[in-house]
Amino acid sequence: ASCVQHRLVVRDASTLQIRQLYTCLDQIQYIEWSSDSLFVLCAMYKRGIVQVWSLEQPDWHCKIDEGSAGLVASCWSPDGRHILNTTEFHLRITVWSLCTKSVSYIKYPKACQQGVAFTKDGRYMAVAERRDCKDFISIFVCRNWQLLRHFDTETQDLFGIEWAPNGCVLAAWDTCLEYKVLLYSLDGRLLSSYRAYEWPLGVKSIAWSPSSQFLAIGSFDEKVRILNHVTWKKITELEHPAAISNRKTIVYKEVEKSPTVDTERLTFPPTRALASSLFSTKSKYDISQVPVSLQYNKPVADRANPKVGVGMLAFSADNCFLATKNDNIPNAVWIWDIRKLKLSVVLEQLCTIQCFQWDPCQPRLAVCTGSSRVYLWSPAGCVVVQVPGEGDFQIMSLSWNSNGDSMLLLSKDNFCVCYLETEEV
Amino acid sequence: MGDWKTITVPVLSPDSKNIFPYTSERKRSPTSMNSQVLRLSLPSSKNMHSFYGAFCTEDNIEQSVSYIDRELTTLGFPSIYAESKGKELNLISIINCMNELLVMQHKNLRAQEEVEMQHLKLGSDMDHLQNCYAKLKEQLELSKREIVGLQERDRQLQSKNRNLHQLLKNEKDEVQKLQNIISSRATQYNHDMKRKEREYNKLKERLHQLVMNKKDKKLAMEVLNYVGRADGKRGAWRTDKTEARNEEEMYKVLLSDYEQRQKQLLLENAELKKVLQQMKKDIISLLPPQKQKPKERSEDGLVLSDQEEDIGELNKENMWELSCETVREQLTNSIRKQWRMLKNHVEKLDNQVSRGHSGVLNEKDVISREDHELETEKLELEIQQCKEMIKTQQQLLQQQLTCDDETTLLLQDCYLLEERERLQEEWRLFREQKKNFEKERKSFTEAAIRLGLERKAFEEDRGTWLKHQFLSMTADYKSENMTTPSAFLRSSDPDICLVKSASWQRKPPSVLSPTVSPEPCQISQYITQNRVASEKPAADNMPNLCVESDDKEEIE
Repeated sequence: ASCVQHRLVVRDASTLQIRQLYTCLDQIQYIEWSSDSLFVLCAMYKRGIVQVWSLEQPDWHCKIDEGSAGLVASCWSPDGRHILNTTEFHLRITVWSLCTKSVSYIKYPKACQQGVAFTKDGRYMAVAERRDCKDFISIFVCRNWQLLRHFDTETQDLFGIEWAPNGCVLAAWDTCLEYKVLLYSLDGRLLSSYRAYEWPLGVKSIAWSPSSQFLAIGSFDEKVRILNHVTWKKITELEHPAAISNRKTIVYKEVEKSPTVDTERLTFPPTRALASSLFSTKSKYDISQVPVSLQYNKPVADRANPKVGVGMLAFSADNCFLATKNDNIPNAVWIWDIRKLKLSVVLEQLCTIQCFQWDPCQPRLAVCTGSSRVYLWSPAGCVVVQVPGEGDFQIMSLSWNSNGDSMLLLSKDNFCVCYLETEEV
Repeated sequence: MGDWKTITVPVLSPDSKNIFPYTSERKRSPTSMNSQVLRLSLPSSKNMHSFYGAFCTEDNIEQSVSYIDRELTTLGFPSIYAESKGKELNLISIINCMNELLVMQHKNLRAQEEVEMQHLKLGSDMDHLQNCYAKLKEQLELSKREIVGLQERDRQLQSKNRNLHQLLKNEKDEVQKLQNIISSRATQYNHDMKRKEREYNKLKERLHQLVMNKKDKKLAMEVLNYVGRADGKRGAWRTDKTEARNEEEMYKVLLSDYEQRQKQLLLENAELKKVLQQMKKDIISLLPPQKQKPKERSEDGLVLSDQEEDIGELNKENMWELSCETVREQLTNSIRKQWRMLKNHVEKLDNQVSRGHSGVLNEKDVISREDHELETEKLELEIQQCKEMIKTQQQLLQQQLTCDDETTLLLQDCYLLEERERLQEEWRLFREQKKNFEKERKSFTEAAIRLGLERKAFEEDRGTWLKHQFLSMTADYKSENMTTPSAFLRSSDPDICLVKSASWQRKPPSVLSPTVSPEPCQISQYITQNRVASEKPAADNMPNLCVESDDKEEIE
């Protein structure tokens, strides 16, 4: 599904054929599929309206108007039948039910990055709240939206919460001024709290491993600390130095290939294809010899939210690899082998890395840097994929299909789908 | 003596020349006055010579002589006067005294030379010592300066050190201060934040109220029709029951999660226990079978054996299902003990290896090791000896190969020694025979000479007789009665004459050869005589003579 201005276009994933076309009242800011893929919600924040469309019945329509409360965020509940709207100024979260037309309110939600977290199985929802300058977490049962637990957290300013994939542990971390990670069990007990250091800037990103065995915490000191689920103690620290000297690390460096031009075939005026091929630079991967020193950006000291530290963390689906990005070294993706807890590969790109995501099925990482190429890495090797087309296609973000066969590449105005061939075994 | 003094003074002062006390050169002054005075080798100048002249003049000869006599006597010399006569000088004693004085003078000169030499030596030693002293003084100065410099540096470094310490302290204090400042600011910010948040909350509340008031008028949601729930169930009211059920469900979820984890941990535990057991078995098998030391640790051993028995029993059963504390502890303790024993064992082995032993410690091996060492030593000695022998033999070979002539001669000598000795013996024999032969020859020659003389005499007698005969014959010729024997004689006479002449003719050229030739009969006689003495060598002598001469020639 994609939206263009005020229109919602639903296409078939494998053929990109337009299936449905819906028109909304206003410019759509956010769309989300329901978990059973039957409904799509379109949120228009300016108007404060959420419209829901059904795929099965194109005539069916639903409109939710928040009115003067405004709309800041909207999302589906895991059962696909409730919509949670966050009103402006985070006054409240309204839970609209599609089945019963009933409304529930959640008061005092926290205005933080990840204030609402659903468990993977969709049973429970954790909401971060703040009352009287204190942080609380409320755990709701998604089935009937009953409050299960309500407890306070020892954080100064709760920044985010995330459930472990097994749904039993909730990780909550504090603002970056304070390094604190709290782990709560489902019933609200504090299992453990972890604090690496006191004064410098703290946690920047957090990721659970798919087996819930590890919790990776990326912090502003350019290190990733991994906690284990048995003792909730740090098992290792992964450093991101600018100079890589370990001989066992493979460093893939993206190298530009100068385009070869057949001077005989030049015509005037040059055809479009020729022009694009002339100006689009190709690149390939080269293996650099260790020791390698990467491009290091010293952070500006007097700005808030400096581009320092580990900003992106992602575990691979098979729990074997962890991909990280150190914002000081914006061109490199670091891939760590979790079984050995060692750095195995570094991908050095030409441009700043915008986004990377693991294939949900295989240990395959797709990286985009804002150029018109998407980079794929797997333990077998890495490859540069050029998006064919005219002009520049600057890939800003990408998203894997849940079956791992295709990938969505998004630029500012366009998107394209990249299909990956599966080997016939 | 006053004369001496008065005289010496004018010598020194008016004389511009300096007296050099160290010159021992003789100076001759051609003053006529000195012709009477003996030339002395004292340090002298011209004035001194005049002084010599001044001492004794024609006027004061007696006084000077008496003075000299007095002086000499005081010095221990005999008086120069004649015995009792006085005024008459004993020349001999004078000369003796002079001689003595000369000798003394020489001695003194020599002593002076020696003293001068010593003085020179001492002077040079002094110079040397002074130089050394000066150098040492310089060195001392230098080292003093160095010390001062080093002390200065040391002081500077210490002060620097102190400064740095001070700086460090200051920095630390600053850091502490900054930390305090940070913490105080943080609390301040928190306080401010809280205040602002409260305000904000108030605003939110207000807004919420306003919004809520407004909201009642509008329909918030428009749905075409209700959508069924995903799981098909109908919505339920919120009641206590539902709450309880929720709790129940939550706890169920948690419990299931814990159970799962516990299962995993149990599996892991079992695995690890199995591994430990395996390790224990391996360690026990690695260790040498010397665990029969029950006397030392009887009690512990018993306890341990009991424990081990228990463990053994437990092992027989499904041990990993029993995870009680004691069993676990026992297992870990036993493994630790075994590991310690193994470590000790390995350490012992290491020590032995470092001493040069590889293998299991055993008494037999120890002895054999010593034997082995002795044997190796012996073998080494043998090897050395053999090597030396080989070297010497090689050297000899080398020598033999390099110097050929000598060796061949030596070899030939070795081999021909016998022959030589034989030859020498033969030579001796030959020489003896030669001597004998010489003697014989001499005797032959003598005999030949005698014979010649006899013949001469005989010929003369014959000649005279013939004369007589002739005379007689002439006398008797008249008488024609010549006996035939005279004819024989006559016939023999010319023969004799011929023989005589022949012999006379033959004799001068060589004595031997005719003696040899006509003498074979006599020689044969002699030979026969000699044959009695020595048959063979005589016969051999003849042909061997040539051989001998040949040999002689050859050898010579």
